[in-house]
Amino acid sequence: MRAFEYTSPTTKQQAVALLESTWGPTAVLGGGTDLLDLMKDDVETPKRLVNIKDVKELQGIHLTKSGLRVGAAVKIEELVESPLVRHYPVVADAAREIASPQIRHMATVGGNLCQRPRCWYYRAGFGLLAQDKDGKPLALQGDNRYHAILGNSGPAYFVHPSSLAPALIACGAKIRLFGTNGEREMPLEEFYRIPASGQERENALSPNEIVTEVLVPSLAGTKSATYEVRQKDAFDWPLALASVVLKLSGNKVQSARVVMGYVAPTPWRSEEAEQALVGKTITEETAHSAGNAAVEKAKDLGRNGYKIQLARVAVKRAVLRAAKAGA
Amino acid sequence: MAEYKWPEAEKRTLIGKRISRLDGPVKVSGKAKYTYDMNRPGMLYGKILRSPYAHAKIVSIDTSAAEGMPGVKAVRIIQGPGTEIQWQGDEIVGVAAVDEPTAEDAIRAIKVEYQILPHLVIDNDLQAAGDRAKPTQEEVRGDPEKAFKESDVIHEGFYGSSAMTHCCLEPHGCMSEWNGNELLVHVSTQNVSGIASQMAGPLKTTAGNIRVKQDHIGGGFGSKFGPDRWGIETAHLSKLAGGKPVKIMLERNAELMVAGSRPSAFAQVKVGAKKDGTLIAWESKSWGTGGITGGGLPSNNFPYVVVVPNARRQNITISNNVGGQRAWRAPNHPQLALATMAALDDLAAKLNMDPLDFFIKNIGLTGQRAEVYREELLKAAELIDWKKKWHPRGDTTAGNIKRGMGLSIHTWGGRGHNSDCDLTIYPDGSVEVKMGTQDLGTGTRTALAIVAGDAFGLPVSAIKVLIGDNRYPVSGGSGGSTTIGGVSSSTRRAAQDALEQLFAKAAPALKAQPGDLEAVGGKVRVKGDTTRSLTWQQACAKLGGMPLTVRGKNPGPPQELTNVGVGGAEMADVSVDTETGIVKVNKIVCAQDCGLIINMKLAESQCYGAMIMGVSYALYEERILDQATGRMLNANMEFYRLAGSGDIGELVVHMMTGKGYDERGVIGLGEPPVISPGAAISNAIANAIGVRVSVMPFTPDRVLKALETKGGNNARV
Repeated sequence: MRAFEYTSPTTKQQAVALLESTWGPTAVLGGGTDLLDLMKDDVETPKRLVNIKDVKELQGIHLTKSGLRVGAAVKIEELVESPLVRHYPVVADAAREIASPQIRHMATVGGNLCQRPRCWYYRAGFGLLAQDKDGKPLALQGDNRYHAILGNSGPAYFVHPSSLAPALIACGAKIRLFGTNGEREMPLEEFYRIPASGQERENALSPNEIVTEVLVPSLAGTKSATYEVRQKDAFDWPLALASVVLKLSGNKVQSARVVMGYVAPTPWRSEEAEQALVGKTITEETAHSAGNAAVEKAKDLGRNGYKIQLARVAVKRAVLRAAKAGA
Repeated sequence: MAEYKWPEAEKRTLIGKRISRLDGPVKVSGKAKYTYDMNRPGMLYGKILRSPYAHAKIVSIDTSAAEGMPGVKAVRIIQGPGTEIQWQGDEIVGVAAVDEPTAEDAIRAIKVEYQILPHLVIDNDLQAAGDRAKPTQEEVRGDPEKAFKESDVIHEGFYGSSAMTHCCLEPHGCMSEWNGNELLVHVSTQNVSGIASQMAGPLKTTAGNIRVKQDHIGGGFGSKFGPDRWGIETAHLSKLAGGKPVKIMLERNAELMVAGSRPSAFAQVKVGAKKDGTLIAWESKSWGTGGITGGGLPSNNFPYVVVVPNARRQNITISNNVGGQRAWRAPNHPQLALATMAALDDLAAKLNMDPLDFFIKNIGLTGQRAEVYREELLKAAELIDWKKKWHPRGDTTAGNIKRGMGLSIHTWGGRGHNSDCDLTIYPDGSVEVKMGTQDLGTGTRTALAIVAGDAFGLPVSAIKVLIGDNRYPVSGGSGGSTTIGGVSSSTRRAAQDALEQLFAKAAPALKAQPGDLEAVGGKVRVKGDTTRSLTWQQACAKLGGMPLTVRGKNPGPPQELTNVGVGGAEMADVSVDTETGIVKVNKIVCAQDCGLIINMKLAESQCYGAMIMGVSYALYEERILDQATGRMLNANMEFYRLAGSGDIGELVVHMMTGKGYDERGVIGLGEPPVISPGAAISNAIANAIGVRVSVMPFTPDRVLKALETKGGNNARV
């Protein structure tokens, strides 16, 4: 790891003032569970780290009139243990399964949402879009067993590695950012984007902006769950994940939100799956149809066709788990 | 000279009992010092510049910027311009600096110009290998053509084991420090007595100048017998830095890339039997790679354990641009077991036979230890309730979770290696056992204390064990499961000789002949007369002012205390989620023999550890190499997966002991129980889902693909 300057501001104004307006020279340090790896691998080489854990405004989980407000510096383990988050089964399911207890005690909500892809070409220093010297994507020539099955028409083929993002998007959460130009807020769903060039990132954050909080509307009157397909029992990246929030009218689905993780360069909302559920009673069959709808447009890159099946199953099982769950 | 033998069962006070490892407390409390923990005053940190390319020629190297950096104390070119690099991660330049970040900065400041050459890194495609695939001599036994003609049932199948790495949790590494002409080396090794001679040549010194030490090691599995180029480099760099200690421990990615791998092995197998299940014909064409050195399976070891009378075998070895293979716990056996046991299991299915009945039917083909295998198979079957739980191919119960059972048998040698032991009894009664062996985590320390304590009628706590130093008597490297047989035999001999000499000194005080004495329960007493005894300390005081040191050796005439040849049977019970292809192990049982057991608890631990490692390689471990970039893609611990505690299921071990086993003497155990888990799990998966998953590890992509070819129910979810 290269030498760097460590700063620890106590207000968000101080924090953003310490960040440069271009990517590279500065980086925001939350739990460091991703950033330090990137620095050790020489993928990120910041000259200055801005620790945001001492910024009080970024802490805390509390209820507001419109729902739950989660500070960006809240630890994943705080989410797991918070009685408030239990009213959001879809989020609690996702948080509980992240990495390991040690990592959940370090990693932050903001960091989970902004962590960089685990694409092995990116992590080996070939760049986010990982192209060879002729500009051809390595993921298409090489081994893409963990790469995207949706949103994979290029130039990005990695999968987004956040387990919290699909759950929060399924809730209709908003993300609040703070920068030198002040505050802005957007649906979390719109925060993520597929980079069109190597200069872009996979989200809307500017280099001198920080995530301050996530606002999650109340899930009262809904049933929700997250299901992840993971090979190992613990401490393993999911191969596919689905978060589902269902609003029921009687025993019929009035509206649904279905968001997948680990299948595309962004968390992937499936309106096809949602449509397949609306007006239906949840049964094995309807859940199965939703799974099928979710992967209708999925495309095998050569080694990752099995993930289509796993995404289908994740959606099906998340729907069934949600139907069984409490509000 | 004493009559060397192990004590009779009723006289064993420590041997064969369940005794906790002596180094347990220091390990769990963090007091144990591994090579990684060595920090000497003024120590420098070494780093290695490694090739990013799988195949390239070094055109030029410019180290000037690195040499000029503050804090950099030594820079040395390991492989210079003109050298052809044959694998990613090969060592090019070594650097030593005052701290790790400075050493890393220096590495980045070195400019190397490469001429990139075409590479081959994949190993599963014979066609892609072209002329880098070299067939070995075909081996024929009996008349395979005729036997296949006479076969009532013939099965053909493809089976493979992917290459994997050793992934030692304590990576490879070394610390060297010169003091004049004397070199002190702390190294993470399986071979304390054998390191100095391997370092002397490259360092242009004599082995006698090199002191090698190691207290504890965090895993070797066959990959830590040599000092390695990075280890030798620590000594070069130390010399350049005026003798200051230099330590290099491999980073995790280097550990997975260059510090050892188990070769891949793929096999197209044809096997034939009579209607009643009698095996008569075998044919196999296998291929695989151990990296740049080629290597791979000795084809005449096919089929494994079961010696089919008519067999034709050929192996093709692929040389590719990957670092050379290293011995991995029971070299070749897990791969041979997988292809053999899976092919036989498929044949049994075709014969509509329970594989247990099929193996028992053919048990004679296992040779002179056939009765042991029968006993072990029946014991394992009892432990896992085989007859109740086994079902014909394909679990027909409803739902997506299918359960199945599989079995495998294995063999290993395990005769004790050469070992010298110095045993000292001091006049105050204290006892010291000293030898240049190492405790690989297998419990060698504890075994030495047990053997000496048992001979002297003392508890293990009364024995001081000194190992891990090449100034101690020479003892072999810990490979091939040879340590326990070697070190227990040399210690037993030393103990018997020492006791004989002690008895000679103590006998007059007891008014008895030395031959009439025995050492029991902390006393030296006259056999059959409990009124005439000395405490151990009183007896030792008769030595006078000087301690008594005796050298015990293995091998040593007249009687052997160690033996060769063990067997084992393992059975697995797994569940497969046919919608996701995820396999979960419910239970594995192991029935294993290893002659006379020195410590029952640690013998069982060896089996548990082996089964855990077995689950890990069966389901998760795979070195993923990328033909596009020539790189290893998963040189980390997130995509090079190791089994965790939630993944291993219930493990049950039964050690075969008593008559027929104990009198064989002590035989090694480190390797045999790791051989069968892959094959047993493979067979259990086939039994669960009704189709063979050909290639290990059995990951969701492979399981789903197998189900698809079967037209399985995943197609409809």
